[in-house]
Amino acid sequence: MESQLPAEFMVNVDHERCRRCKRCVINCSFSAIEFKDKVTPNHRLCVACHRCATFCPEGAITITENPLEYKYGYNWTPEIRKNILKQAESGGIILTGMGNPRPYPIYWDHMLIDACQVTNPSIDPLREPMELRTYLGAKPECVEFDSEHISLETELAPQVKLDIPVVFAAMSYGAISLNAHKALAMAAKRMGTLMNTGEGGLHEELASYTDRIIVQVASGRFGVTSKYLNNSALVEIKIGQGAKPGIGGHLPGEKVGEDISKTRMIPVGTDALSPAPHHDIYSIEDLSQLIYAIKETTDYKKPVSVKIAAVHNVAAIASGIVRAGADIVMIDGFRGGTGAAPMVIRDHVGIPIELALAAVDERLRQEGIRNRASILVGGSIRQSADVVKAIALGADACVIGTASLIAMGCRVCQKCYTGNCAWGIATQKPELVRRLNPEIAADRLCNLLTAWGHEIQEVLGSLGINAIESLRGSRERLRGVGLPQEALDILGIKHAGIGQ
Amino acid sequence: MRIDAKGMHYRPMNKMIRDAVAAGEKEFELDNIGGQRYIGGGLNDSVKITINGTPGNDLGAFMNGPRIVINANAQDGIANTMNAGEIIVHGSVGDIIGYGMRGGKLYIKGDAGYRVGIHMKEYKKQVPVIIAGGTAGDFFGEYMAGGIMILLGMNGKSPIVGDYVGTGMHGGVIYIRGKVNPYSLGKEVNCLELNEEDKKLIGSYLKEYCEHFGFDLVEVMSGNFTKLVPLSHRPYGNLYVY
Repeated sequence: MESQLPAEFMVNVDHERCRRCKRCVINCSFSAIEFKDKVTPNHRLCVACHRCATFCPEGAITITENPLEYKYGYNWTPEIRKNILKQAESGGIILTGMGNPRPYPIYWDHMLIDACQVTNPSIDPLREPMELRTYLGAKPECVEFDSEHISLETELAPQVKLDIPVVFAAMSYGAISLNAHKALAMAAKRMGTLMNTGEGGLHEELASYTDRIIVQVASGRFGVTSKYLNNSALVEIKIGQGAKPGIGGHLPGEKVGEDISKTRMIPVGTDALSPAPHHDIYSIEDLSQLIYAIKETTDYKKPVSVKIAAVHNVAAIASGIVRAGADIVMIDGFRGGTGAAPMVIRDHVGIPIELALAAVDERLRQEGIRNRASILVGGSIRQSADVVKAIALGADACVIGTASLIAMGCRVCQKCYTGNCAWGIATQKPELVRRLNPEIAADRLCNLLTAWGHEIQEVLGSLGINAIESLRGSRERLRGVGLPQEALDILGIKHAGIGQ
Repeated sequence: MRIDAKGMHYRPMNKMIRDAVAAGEKEFELDNIGGQRYIGGGLNDSVKITINGTPGNDLGAFMNGPRIVINANAQDGIANTMNAGEIIVHGSVGDIIGYGMRGGKLYIKGDAGYRVGIHMKEYKKQVPVIIAGGTAGDFFGEYMAGGIMILLGMNGKSPIVGDYVGTGMHGGVIYIRGKVNPYSLGKEVNCLELNEEDKKLIGSYLKEYCEHFGFDLVEVMSGNFTKLVPLSHRPYGNLYVY
């Protein structure tokens, strides 16, 4: 069928400046630029990944949205019409990548942080020690000491130390490249934080980083062995993902090459299907059974995390997870990213992480079990301010996926599922993977975390506190702006302008 | 090593086993077992565990090598994500056995419950095998990605297998000794007759199976088997539009 879809973007080449070096042709992994006497774009294939524009030595290329795309309509938006055309031509579920781009309210941007003035002095982080360290794992009800020898008598559950409360999100080898995985592992080790295998198993080249790696157990159980579980910082059971709550994942067979086959322990070329639920988990009791199967296998030395998507009933579910024996609850908000998800799910299912976090923390406190698990949150943590606000709302630490990809070079073109990532991140094609230098990408990730660390210290200083743990759950230090009363109640914060 | 497990919680008992395995113990006999979970869970050595009594859920989860003989019935979740080893059950078993199993053998004398061998998979030389002598419930081999499952239906009960057999199946092979109603099959399954190669393949596993439980191999092999294979290795490849 002839496609009626107009081009989304225009590739504008300034032929006066172009010196016909063909670098753009070589760099375009979507075949949108050819060379026919001169650089000739095929606008329809352009995804606006900006690879050509970035690498053009003359700055002769600009990418713009197609101005004549569709006639304006507030209701029948260009995107909706484009999707209808696509489905009329194919009969398929529309697949997409990365996080929800729709204009839902972003509650982070409606919360403001307090600061000290006159009566309670702020702290200068340039002069004073300022602690960002925190520990993930279950905490005891109380601690007992042997006062004679000054030693701890309480037996502590296993803890994982984080030097900065920002962890790299679960992204599987398969969804992203081995070079991207290596960069994340190197940066996690250097910065004293963690990376997460996602559900694609652990590549043997990452063996030296395992004390900084979260290993995931998902419904497909790809690459899960007792060795995999024991070679880890902690183990995470993946129940859900913010971008696609309640549905599974399909890594298409064409991406399952020799190396991925080895890591996932499945034959080359077969689809890696993760069923929507774990078929051995239909209840909190079943979840508890898997948590303790993992604890038995790891001799109770690894904290076990359970990752869920933020959904309507998230607080009650999180309470069940904690009671099931999880040491960490990871909540992924509906703006979280994905390598591939049906657009209908990504854009319309789940709830914002800010509200889910506030509801979960409040519920666990009410039930007196907040100490029994750490709370990790993700689903579009974009900047250090989001981290500070999340911790003030009650999180122990945050996870970043998209932000870490952007740091490595991602331009958020949302075509991860095509496997054509021009930046060598979301691809398995050797010629594209090569484009991402893991050493340089790791440096960029470390720089990002270092910068965020400094910024968080600045904010803590202005709040007059010298440790991130003093901020946790301190909602009194947040104020809402432009939020309805109901949202303020759920977030547990006052409106700006109200004092103590 | 012999352990009297009467009234013992699984946690100290399994710790005893793990510590003894680390110290070089090769053989265990567990008496008075009554529902203790996770026996053999995550063990990597080729030890032998004999269980007298009914063990609890997730027996042999993540197991990688041991041989476990159960002289009774067993419960749910046996061989969950098992990588290698052997489990022989002189009785019937519960639900979700062999979930995500990647290697080793699971031989059951009697019946199996619902959701047997879901997402069982194989990798190179690791080809997991489940054989049950009786009948099985719904969702037999759902999402199956590899391995071999054989259901013998020798207890005379009908139907041999429940509904949704092999739904989402995209690898591996199922042999059922008898006819399966077409409406009980998943949409992703193709129903075939056995060829000589199939007979040789199941013959070798069934010989071993019959030796364990004292069945007559000739009689077992004389049944009419149905072979189920996936229609495609990519059942959902055309579901999406980019």
